Amino acid sequence: MAEVLVLVDHVDGALRKTTSELLTIARRLGEPSAVFIGSGFDAAKEGLAAYGAEKVYRVDADLSGFLVVPQAEALAAVVAQASPAAVLVASSPEGKEIAARLAVKLGSGLITDAVDVQSDGAGGVATTQTVFAGSYTVKATVTKGTPVIAVKPNSAAPEAVSGAATEVAVAFEPSALAQSAKIVSAAPKAKTGRPELTEAAIVVSGGRGTGGDFSKVEAFADSLGAAVGASRAAVDAGWYPHSHQVGQTGKQVSPQLYVACGISGAIQHRAGMQTSKTIVAVNKDEEAPIFELVDFGVIGDLFAVLPQATDAVAVAKA
Amino acid sequence: MNIVVCVKYVPDAQAERTFNASDSTTDRVNVDGLLSELDEYAVEEALKIVEAGEGEVTVLTIGPDNASDAIKKALQMGADKGVHVIDDAIHGSDALATSLLLAKAIEKIGRPDLVITGMSSTDGIMGVVPTMLAERLGLPAVTFASELTVGAGSVSARRDGDVASQTIEATLPALVSVTDQINEPRYPSFKGIMAAKKKTVDTWSLADLGVSAAEVGLDAAWTKVTSFEARPPRAKGTIVKDEGDGGAKLAGFLAERKFI
Ligand SMILES: Cc1cc2nc3c(=O)[nH]c(=O)nc-3n(C[C@H](O)[C@H](O)[C@H](O)COP(=O)(O)OP(=O)(O)OC[C@H]3O[C@@H](n4cnc5c(N)ncnc54)[C@H](O)[C@@H]3O)c2cc1C
Repeated sequence: MAEVLVLVDHVDGALRKTTSELLTIARRLGEPSAVFIGSGFDAAKEGLAAYGAEKVYRVDADLSGFLVVPQAEALAAVVAQASPAAVLVASSPEGKEIAARLAVKLGSGLITDAVDVQSDGAGGVATTQTVFAGSYTVKATVTKGTPVIAVKPNSAAPEAVSGAATEVAVAFEPSALAQSAKIVSAAPKAKTGRPELTEAAIVVSGGRGTGGDFSKVEAFADSLGAAVGASRAAVDAGWYPHSHQVGQTGKQVSPQLYVACGISGAIQHRAGMQTSKTIVAVNKDEEAPIFELVDFGVIGDLFAVLPQATDAVAVAKA
Repeated sequence: MNIVVCVKYVPDAQAERTFNASDSTTDRVNVDGLLSELDEYAVEEALKIVEAGEGEVTVLTIGPDNASDAIKKALQMGADKGVHVIDDAIHGSDALATSLLLAKAIEKIGRPDLVITGMSSTDGIMGVVPTMLAERLGLPAVTFASELTVGAGSVSARRDGDVASQTIEATLPALVSVTDQINEPRYPSFKGIMAAKKKTVDTWSLADLGVSAAEVGLDAAWTKVTSFEARPPRAKGTIVKDEGDGGAKLAGFLAERKFI
C-alpha cells in the first residue's frame, strides 16, 4: 500500500489535535507516514504511534526563526524519497503556505480548506470543501501530480490505532532562499486558558453590541468551556485582538456550537462561521440577519440574557 | 522602488454568487463584479510606499474583459499603469496556472523590487496564489502583513499570529501580502478619476507571455471540481423574545441539545 504523508503540526513536539485527525484521514487513503520537522521529536513520537503512523520521517533541523520555505523544501525532499499517494497538511495559514510552495515544487494539484477527504476508489483522493461563505458544497479531485491537500481542523474524529512509527532520518539543508526571510522577534500573546478558536467545540463571539465590554461574553464562554471570538467591528474598535476575529478576513471556525452575541450577521462574518453545526444568537434587533441562520435565537439585550444563561449553565452543571 | 500589485476582479459578495452549470467554474460574467476589496489594501500600501520615496506602481490582473474595471479602480486610486492579461484559453485556470501567468507577466514587466498582493481574494477561499507566485519567482514571501516598513534592501512586517505577534524581515526583492488591518484604502478623488483616463493599460495574451494554451485553463487544471451543490438552507430555528427569561430559555436549549 502506498504511503500517505502527514506533515506533523506541533509546537516543540507538543502535537496539535489536527495531527491525529490527519493521521486518521491518511489511513483511509493508504499507509500513514508522519513527517516531523523541527525540535521536540521525542515528545511527539508516542502520540504519532498512537494514531497509526507506521513511519516517521524525522527532519532534525533547527528551523526556529525561519518562515515556511525550509519546511516546504524538507517536505519535498521526503516526497522524493517516499513517492507517496498524497500529502496532507493542516489548513492553517502556515500549513496552506507550505502546501502552496510544495505544490509548485512538485507540479502537483493543491486543494485547501478540505472538510472531508476520502479515497476516490481509483488511487486518487476525493475532497469536500464549502465555498462562497458556506453557501455551496464543492467536491473536487486532484488530476495532476501527487495530491497535496490542506485539511481544516475538526474534519475527522481521531481514531486511536497503534502504528510502528519506524524512524527514518532525513538529511536536509535549507537553501539560500529559505534564509532570505526570517522572524526577527516575536511577542507571545498572553495565555487565556481557553481552547484555541479554530479547534474549539464551542465558540462564543461578541460584536459591536458588546459596546466594548466582553466580560459577559467571556463569562458565558467560560461556563461552557468555549473559545471566545469577535466580529471585525469589535476588533476594529480595539476591543478584542485580531487573532480572535471570525470571518472572511479572520478565522474560519466550524464548531459544534457557535453563539453570536451582539453580532448582526454580515456576509463576511458568516463566511467564518456558517458551517457551524448548531448556531445560536443573542441580538436585540429582531431584524438582524444572523437570525436567518440560527437554530435558537433570543431577541434581547446580551447584558441581561448572557448573565442569566451563565448562571443557569452553572446550576445545570453543578 | 518599483512595485507590482496583483489584483483580482471578483463577483460582488453581496450578490448571488454561483457556478457555471456547464463546467463547474465560478460564474464571473452574469454577476456584478468589482476590484476585490482585499486588494484595495495592497494598492493603498504600494501607493504609500512610492509616495514616500520614488518609483512606479503597476497593477496587474488576469481575467475576462470586465476585469479591466479592477485595473481602472486601482489607476483611479493613483497607480501609474496597468497590465491586463486576457485570453479565452485562460478560463477555468486554477491557482497553479494563475500563479504561473502572474509570474510570467511580472517577468515581462521587468522584475520589480516588491510584489504586493491582498491576503486572499474574496471569492475563492484558498489564499495560496501569493505564496505560489513567490515560489515561482524564487522570492521570499512575507504574508499577512498588518504593518510594513520598507528599508534599503529589505522589508520588515508585523504579523499577528495565534500565539505571538511577529516581526518578519526579508531581503528585497520580495513578495508581500497584506491584511485588511494594514491601512485605510483611499477613495479615488475626482482628479484621480480624470488622471486615470490618460494612463496606459497594456493587454497581453498568452502568446505575449510565451505560455501555451495547453498549460492553462480548465483542461490543464491540476484540480477538478466534480460536483457543486447549494447547501440546503438551514432549517428555521426557534426564536424567542427575552421577557426576563431569555437566558434561562437559552440554557434550556443548550441542555436539550446536550451542550451542558
Ligand atoms: C473585505 C471585508 C472583509 C470583512 N471581514 C470580516 C470578518 O472577517 N469578520 C467580520 O465579523 N466582519 C468582517 N467584515 C465586516 C462586516 O461587513 C461587518 O461590518 C461586521 O461583521 C459587523 O460587525 P458586528 O456584527 O459586530 O456589528 P454590527 O453590524 O454593527 O452589528 C451589531 C449588532 O449588535 C446588536 N446589538 C447592539 N447592542 C446590543 C445589545 N446590548 N444586546 C444584543 N445585541 C445588541 C445590534 O442589533 C446589531 O445587530 C468585513 C468587511 C469587508 C468589506
